[in-house]
Amino acid sequence: MHVNFSAEELRFQDEVRTFLRDKYPADIRQKTDTGVPLSREDYIRWQKVLYQQGWAAIGWPVEYGGTGWSPVQRYIFANEMANANAPDMVPFGVKMVGPIIYTFGNEAQKKRFLPDILASNVWWCQGYSEPGAGSDLASLKTRADRDGDHYVVNGTKTWTTLGHLADWIFCLVRTSSDVARRQEGISFILIDMKTPGVTVRPIITIEGEREVNEVHFENVRVPIENLIGEEGKGWTYGKVLLQHERTNIAGVARSKYRLTRLREKIMQPIHGGRPLVEDANFVRKMAAVEIELKALEYTELRTLAAVAVGKAPGPESSLLKIRGTEVQQAIEVLFLEAAGYYALPYVPDQYVLDLPVEDRIGHGSETTTSLRYFNNRKASIYGGSNEIQKNIIAKHVLGL
Amino acid sequence: MDFSITEEQSMLADSVSRFIDQDYDFERRMSIAESDDWFSDDVWQAFADLGLTAALFSEEDGGLGGGPVELMLIMEQFGRGLVVEPFLANVVLAGGVLKRAGSEKQKAELLAGIMAGTTQAALAFAEPQGRFDAADIATIATPDGAGYRLSGRKALVLNGGAADFLIVPARTSGEQADVDGITLFVVPSDAKGLTRKAYKTVDAHSAAEIELRDVLVEKSSVIGEVGRAYPVLSDALDDATLAIAAEAVGIMRTLHDKTVEYSRNRIQFGVPIGSFQALQHRMVDMLMECEQTRSLLMWAVMLADGSDADRQKAISAIKYQVGTAGRHVGEEAVQLHGGMGVTWELDVAHYFKRLTSIGILFGNADYHLDRYVALS
Repeated sequence: MHVNFSAEELRFQDEVRTFLRDKYPADIRQKTDTGVPLSREDYIRWQKVLYQQGWAAIGWPVEYGGTGWSPVQRYIFANEMANANAPDMVPFGVKMVGPIIYTFGNEAQKKRFLPDILASNVWWCQGYSEPGAGSDLASLKTRADRDGDHYVVNGTKTWTTLGHLADWIFCLVRTSSDVARRQEGISFILIDMKTPGVTVRPIITIEGEREVNEVHFENVRVPIENLIGEEGKGWTYGKVLLQHERTNIAGVARSKYRLTRLREKIMQPIHGGRPLVEDANFVRKMAAVEIELKALEYTELRTLAAVAVGKAPGPESSLLKIRGTEVQQAIEVLFLEAAGYYALPYVPDQYVLDLPVEDRIGHGSETTTSLRYFNNRKASIYGGSNEIQKNIIAKHVLGL
Repeated sequence: MDFSITEEQSMLADSVSRFIDQDYDFERRMSIAESDDWFSDDVWQAFADLGLTAALFSEEDGGLGGGPVELMLIMEQFGRGLVVEPFLANVVLAGGVLKRAGSEKQKAELLAGIMAGTTQAALAFAEPQGRFDAADIATIATPDGAGYRLSGRKALVLNGGAADFLIVPARTSGEQADVDGITLFVVPSDAKGLTRKAYKTVDAHSAAEIELRDVLVEKSSVIGEVGRAYPVLSDALDDATLAIAAEAVGIMRTLHDKTVEYSRNRIQFGVPIGSFQALQHRMVDMLMECEQTRSLLMWAVMLADGSDADRQKAISAIKYQVGTAGRHVGEEAVQLHGGMGVTWELDVAHYFKRLTSIGILFGNADYHLDRYVALS
């Protein structure tokens, strides 16, 4: 048993480091470091750099433009990306709809959609949840009724992350209600957001940003060639995708990066006062989170090792989602506590406006800690809430 | 043993409760929170008309003679209504200092204005380097002619943007974190050399960063004794801690009730989510946290007129409880509301944010657990 990298893997690590040092735009890094939301242009510019390097689609098969990397290489890449504080690819295209299209789509669909996903020419968003269908996704009501060579779509999708920036949306819709199980009669279709009848309305999140949206469909005509796979089989495809979403959700590398930053932060005297590292209560809490994170890292490595020898990731990925988001949230709490009173001012504009440090409230980015803490409460809710993940483990692992 | 309140106290609680229900619904609250004003002048005037701004001052000082019980009753309702008006800054902090140490003249000029609701005040209790230690004061007051010259920085001065005058603790002697050598000064907010950067806080209250550069004040601006102000400052902060603990109890109970209600109405898998045992138990835990917190609050209120050591210990106990149980109840309320819980639109998110601020204000759970240990 060992977790050492081979010489080849170490060479790969160097290559990734060099790439990030040379190609990751400094202005974007400055934004991610201070917690300023990235613009659509920022995301696309960075994603195109990754694309030029051939590293846009980490998990895709080589034939579709993927890297063909081993699980260890992917692990190294994720760590280096986190250490550079470089944003991941927006997941909806490359991590979500892309794999569905190359797995279940026809040749025409692959040719039409995959290259633009790879090159970040088209921005995708996800149309799963509905106001009445959250944890119980199968109760979704958005209808797609056949009319000649089109579907006519009516309904509302919600929690559509960055939907206001998106060109296309992939949706689970009901194509038949005359079914034995609710999971049947659901289809997976792709909709151009510019189609008449599509309206995007903002949902402002707890910390005051526009991140998610409601997307309304009113008699939206969608060509039947935008159906992926078979009509009525969308649930099966969607489930594969959810599984995929979960394996990426632990965020171990990002959490390690955040803890490293926190450790640096507490060594410094706050505004000339005593450094927080002298506060035993705080240091103990931070150590406890570190230990939980180390356990999570090794759990993820065990999963990776199993995948490397050909086993499919199963319901144990729910564990990664639960513990991963718990650790992320615990880290946000530590940052919040470290900021002291400077967690309280609500001044998001001072980072967007890039005010000189002496004109800012608080030093560094302490005032963003509360916003991050509030916003990140979503982590235990999205992607199948942690309660739903526990149901999955109880059912499929415990067999209850 | 008697946990009941008097008829008068009950009437006070009812009048605040009625105001919240009739004139301060969530929509009104949010329109104030989202406006460019620090708070609503109309609401503040209504508080004065209801006698709230005078409720906690002695009759000799022109007040209504209320004490910790009245403070608890008012603040719990303010928690339920998520009130953003600066009651804490004016009445409990600035008023708390003035009633303890103000001269007759200062009371007549300043406290009277606070009680009438016509003067806005703030107490600059924190400095950027001091974290939660109110004695960590680097602001220096140097004797200068017939008065003093003040220089230094103050952080998170609650109501600092609206305040007509500030009460500024400054060091007249001793080392930076000494409890001795602290003096309180009244400084008009338009004093020469005083600059303020005011902002809203994450809970829609407001505060300011204040810088004093050679601000000249007269000797008559000193409140209480030169160099011996720490006990006054500390006691006012303890009152304020008790106040926000009571506010937290109002918030926690509201979050609990809203969560239970939501779980009855939110249908998933064909049934209300409140029928799931896993969620029921979590709401029961929330209820138990609410009750335990209320018990500690009542303990602290009953000890508020007791010996310093007992009182301070109880204050730290309740603040520790609010910091820990409050966070738990807040996070659980959000989680059980699902995606709705993290939206600006839903009141739950704003209760959670205020509860989070309260957890930090005047020392977080760690700070008060340490203080509790030190006092034991």
